[in-house]
Amino acid sequence: MLATLALAAAGDPTTLDVSWLDLGLAGALVLAAMGISAWQRLGLGRGFAIGAVRATVQLVVVGYVLVYVFAADRWWLVLLALAVMLAAAAQASTGRVGAPRRVVLPVTGTAMLVGAGLTLAYVDAVVLRPGQWYDPRYLIPLFGMIVGNAMNGAALAAERLTSEMESRRGEIEAYLALGATPARAAAEPTRRALTAALIPAVNALMVVGLVTLPGMMTGQILAGASPLLAVRYQIVVMFMLTGAVALTSALVVLGYRKRFFTAAEQLRPGGPA
Amino acid sequence: MLRGVVQEKQGTRVLDGLDVTLPGGEVTALVGPSGAGKTSLLRLLNRLDDPTAGTVLFRGRPVAGYPVRELRRRVGFVFQAPVMFPGTVADNLRAAVALAGPGEAPVAADERWVAGLLESVELDPAYAPRDTEHLSGGEKQRVALARALATRPEVLLLDEPTAALDPEVAERLMSTIVRVAADSGRTVVMVTHRLAEARDFTTHTVMMEAGRLVEAGPTRALFERATHERTRAYLASA
Ligand SMILES: Nc1ncnc2c1ncn2[C@@H]1O[C@H](COP(=O)(O)OP(=O)(O)O)[C@@H](O)[C@H]1O
Ligand SMILES: [Mg+2]
Repeated sequence: MLATLALAAAGDPTTLDVSWLDLGLAGALVLAAMGISAWQRLGLGRGFAIGAVRATVQLVVVGYVLVYVFAADRWWLVLLALAVMLAAAAQASTGRVGAPRRVVLPVTGTAMLVGAGLTLAYVDAVVLRPGQWYDPRYLIPLFGMIVGNAMNGAALAAERLTSEMESRRGEIEAYLALGATPARAAAEPTRRALTAALIPAVNALMVVGLVTLPGMMTGQILAGASPLLAVRYQIVVMFMLTGAVALTSALVVLGYRKRFFTAAEQLRPGGPA
Repeated sequence: MLRGVVQEKQGTRVLDGLDVTLPGGEVTALVGPSGAGKTSLLRLLNRLDDPTAGTVLFRGRPVAGYPVRELRRRVGFVFQAPVMFPGTVADNLRAAVALAGPGEAPVAADERWVAGLLESVELDPAYAPRDTEHLSGGEKQRVALARALATRPEVLLLDEPTAALDPEVAERLMSTIVRVAADSGRTVVMVTHRLAEARDFTTHTVMMEAGRLVEAGPTRALFERATHERTRAYLASA
């Protein structure tokens, strides 16, 4: 979404304009969803209505913020926007993990900061090299995608590590009792959590272009870019997301695993702390 | 040796000011009704848990004073429900020494070593390449015992090693344990619900109830003339 907006803003003048009336007409499609909900008494009507309004308001606000950030052209404003995106995603990463937020958030937050930050820095400084390193037209949409994927990887890794560490308590303590390090004792849960986090990234690489047409590429094409250039951007994006997810997930399992053990290398009875 | 040990789990006192000495070089039976805190006590000795209050001493030094992994290799622990690591029987035994880290392994974990270890727990060396998934309960218990012995511990903690076994298999395992202890001058502490097992195979007995020590002493003396009414009543069922 961010990508589409950002690129459309910079897009070529032949792009079709979408008026407020057009938006209202598109809203009819949400009415269809609400109709289905009413028909089957799913009770989702309110959710759709509120959701449609929220999505509109959020995106319009983001649009204006981006217009401002683009126009201001200040490096610190761009970094501030990136920080807000990171903070929002870090918050969202802790939801389904099954452990207290105060334990999970520092781990996923730090992992996302390092994993997403390094990936963005690499793409910016080494791969794309825009004339101005802080060009928001690149950094903001790229970081939006990186952070979104890093968030999913972090959440999957943490969620899976929580459940594996719990279900394998016996095995972990059997290793500890023999004098194993916590890292060795938790090797199997670590591998499983990391695999769970990385499989979506592998799958995404496999099916892109066949089953999925990524939003960024579609957005660029809609905004008038040549499909061949859009494809090249998309390849960069796919590789970038793979790296970001792998790095972030690895940092999550390494940081989070420690929380399950005491300083004396005992498995905490009440889960991570 | 435990001094004034208190252990709380989720707010309840499972060990309540326990003072116990477990004599070196002997086979000690740890007996008492279910929930007495026997498992909780063993876990303190291998430092899988730390007590809420009090001190646990190993050879006169607080266990907290030893590097924890070294302590755990010197004090082996076989759980009540044996946990097999993935792979073969030999993999399980090798895992135990590999954990010591490169250069620290006390032995070359070759085929002869595996066979020797299996023989010491009276398992045919032909078991070495078998997948642990398909072993019976008694076989798993023996592999777990061999795996605990792989690090050559000075103390062996056994939590109801025979609970899940047929009486006949249980008795064979007990004689194995006693022999392993006698061969090496190893200290053994075993929790058991089979009082006849305590009477026939151990030299020292510790009777616990509700997180406290009831009575301790030479097994013979305890079974023949326990001073405490509770001990007499409990042991009489043997
Ligand atoms: N992890 C735990 N959390 C809460 N209570 C526990 C836990 N482990 C054991 N207990 C309680 O502590 C008491 C002693 O348990 P345990 O040491 O396993 O006794 P035993 O081995 O003598 O049967 C029991 O009442 C048990 O319910
Ligand atoms: Mg028990």
